[in-house]
Amino acid sequence: MALFQIAEPGESAAPHEHKLAIGIDLGTTNSLVATVRSGISICLSDEQGRPLLPSVVLYHADNSTEVGYGAQTRQAIDPRNTIVSVKRFMGRGLKDISHVESMPYDFIEAPGMVKVKTIAGIKSPVEVSAEILKSLKLRAETALGGELVGAVITVPAYFDDAQRQATKDAARLAGLNVLRLLNEPTAAAIAYGLDNGAEGVYAVYDLGGGTFDISILKLTKGVFEVMSTGGDSALGGDDFDHRIFCWVIEQAKLQPLSPEDGRLLMMRCREAKEFLTNNPEAPLTARLSTSEMVDLKLDVATFAGITQTLISKTLQPVKKALRDAGLRAEDIKGVVMVGGATRMPQVQKAVGDFFRQEPLTNLDPDKVVALGAATQANLLVGNKTGKDDWLLLDVIPLSLGLEMMGGLTEKVIPRNSTIPTARAQEFTTFKDGQTAMAIHVVQGERELVSDCRSLARFELRGIPPMVAGAARIRVTFQVDADGLLSVAAREQTTGVESSVTVKPSYGLSDDEIAGMLKDSMEHAKDDAMNRALKEAQVEAQRMIEATEAALKEDPHLLNEAETTKIVATIDKLRETIAGENRRLINIAMDDLGFETQAFAHRRMDQSIKKVLSGRKVDDIKMGEEA
Amino acid sequence: MDIRADHFSLFGLNPGFRLDLSDLDSRYRDIQAQVHPDRFANAGDAERRLSMQWATHANEAYQTLKKPLERAKYMLHLAGHDIQAESNTAMPADFLMEQMEWREAVMEARNGGDHHELEHLHNRLRGDIIARYEELGALFDQGDHALATDRVRRLMFLEKLLYEIDDALASLEE
Repeated sequence: MALFQIAEPGESAAPHEHKLAIGIDLGTTNSLVATVRSGISICLSDEQGRPLLPSVVLYHADNSTEVGYGAQTRQAIDPRNTIVSVKRFMGRGLKDISHVESMPYDFIEAPGMVKVKTIAGIKSPVEVSAEILKSLKLRAETALGGELVGAVITVPAYFDDAQRQATKDAARLAGLNVLRLLNEPTAAAIAYGLDNGAEGVYAVYDLGGGTFDISILKLTKGVFEVMSTGGDSALGGDDFDHRIFCWVIEQAKLQPLSPEDGRLLMMRCREAKEFLTNNPEAPLTARLSTSEMVDLKLDVATFAGITQTLISKTLQPVKKALRDAGLRAEDIKGVVMVGGATRMPQVQKAVGDFFRQEPLTNLDPDKVVALGAATQANLLVGNKTGKDDWLLLDVIPLSLGLEMMGGLTEKVIPRNSTIPTARAQEFTTFKDGQTAMAIHVVQGERELVSDCRSLARFELRGIPPMVAGAARIRVTFQVDADGLLSVAAREQTTGVESSVTVKPSYGLSDDEIAGMLKDSMEHAKDDAMNRALKEAQVEAQRMIEATEAALKEDPHLLNEAETTKIVATIDKLRETIAGENRRLINIAMDDLGFETQAFAHRRMDQSIKKVLSGRKVDDIKMGEEA
Repeated sequence: MDIRADHFSLFGLNPGFRLDLSDLDSRYRDIQAQVHPDRFANAGDAERRLSMQWATHANEAYQTLKKPLERAKYMLHLAGHDIQAESNTAMPADFLMEQMEWREAVMEARNGGDHHELEHLHNRLRGDIIARYEELGALFDQGDHALATDRVRRLMFLEKLLYEIDDALASLEE
């Protein structure tokens, strides 16, 4: 049980060793930032004491921005330049986005991801999200009074690779060191599990503003193991607002609305929805610019009726996730409710009926994800005592595969595989003398490639000419702990090796990030070069600290000559940090990486041996007792 | 510890088909607790890369050993018996006959929406599969890899059939 205790205030790391780390819930409707202070996870509020930051970004003509409540109140006045629910556009093309017709934006179709034309220029969802993240970063730095070591950013568990990559890019653009992308239901499970000392199999039902996730987790002795996950990355509270919106249009027999009126009415619909959580009936009034007056009353029964299909839409993934985990509803010990939309009584009732138990709502559904993320961030930067320690084992939500002949998908990594994971598959040429092979990586469960999401296309060139079927091309998929994919292909039969590693095509290259940084910096009269230099310095400093900690911990793994060499390389790196040359810093970092390779291997080896030897002793003891 | 070592030694286990699964679970968690990337989130590049490799390896090894069919295939692979290469060999006619009968029964129940019958088929097949794994355990104990290979190939058919029954059950529930 000790494993589940969050450290008491007195037990936390000494203040000078405490590293500043934050957890960010980048939500569709609202975003939050949290941190662990004196062993307790808390949300950080703005000057007015408000923990939520509405995920709304308003662009002005001079390229300055306003984020949060200020922008929210302006949305019906300047709807085109006030971006709400940008999370729905992350890693998405125009055709993937629902209800485009009722959105006021000037969309621009761009390869991989849609963009929005604003008064301040064309903005990608990544840039808009970065504005929200910057605002939270500033809030945290002000509250904590120092530079942040890193952040855990949460994403819906059902986010695919494109959406994850976009989120990570946004965080980089905001100048955050991303410690980990963490799945939202998993973050909630950490907060819930640690608080309640929970053991057993739990379901986390997470209905946010624009996304729905269901995760089935097994909690055992400090291990949070995700057994399966499912969801819909385009289903959330927004859709309930939209149903009310359609109902109003129908009831009041309204003509097509201007963007301003559309936004105003949508706001009223949201308010009505929230009002119905604690009241049997909600008034719905709005004066439109056409001087038409909307004056309606929406009662709970009507609201439940018009949103019934949305709720059943959430139960399909729930059934699938249970089946993937090999479980039935009655095997679930508790159902944790997460996300503001789970406040709706008809949602709670439907979930309760399905699992035949009262869902758990004792944690604030708006805050629980951020609180869990902060707890994880605190663990990742190493602010822990011996007591509070746990392990997270998460999965990928969607299968990864390759396009085969005839437009069919060959699955390479099945959904719900525990990450990190890797899988290699061999392919061959089908024509004599074929020297190149096109590789198309997709994500999804459907058999036809056209029904799956295209992640990347690349070509393996330089295959030596051979007869058809003689070449052996090995394609390796690697999914890291953030759930992000990289793919490499290699021809194996000949001495000549061609290999290529791709980042999915929608991911931003470092140059693009640098370009965006430069653009945003020009406004702030700063210099992108300085920013890049600063980042390299921080990275180098982190590397030095990590290496020195390792040297202190395991000096016995190195002989004198090796230690001397590493120490000298550290000194050299330290010198370059003091300088202003980013290239020299990078070279010195590479050197240190090279010099510490063998050391890293020995340390890993040692820790694995430690587990195994500890085991053997246990076994002997058990044997004697038996 | 060499990353190329076999899956059993990664978890400090003696190679064998009979495995205490809860023991495997806890060994897997202990290894992950050491090598998982979350333990190295703030470490240098070299350690982060190594950690990803090891954690990936531990996941693969665990998934292989956890499922009896995968475990059996892996043991045969270690013993130099390649299932893939031999899967072209025809199965005995009586086994194939039996399979066809099973499939017909499943299809009939599925088309007729007979939930009860599918449940019944599921339970019968599961019982059969469990008994066959028992037999497989004995064959591995005796070191009879040739016969074990044949039994594994049969089990591949049966596991696939079980999957199809479950799939039919799931489609009826929807």
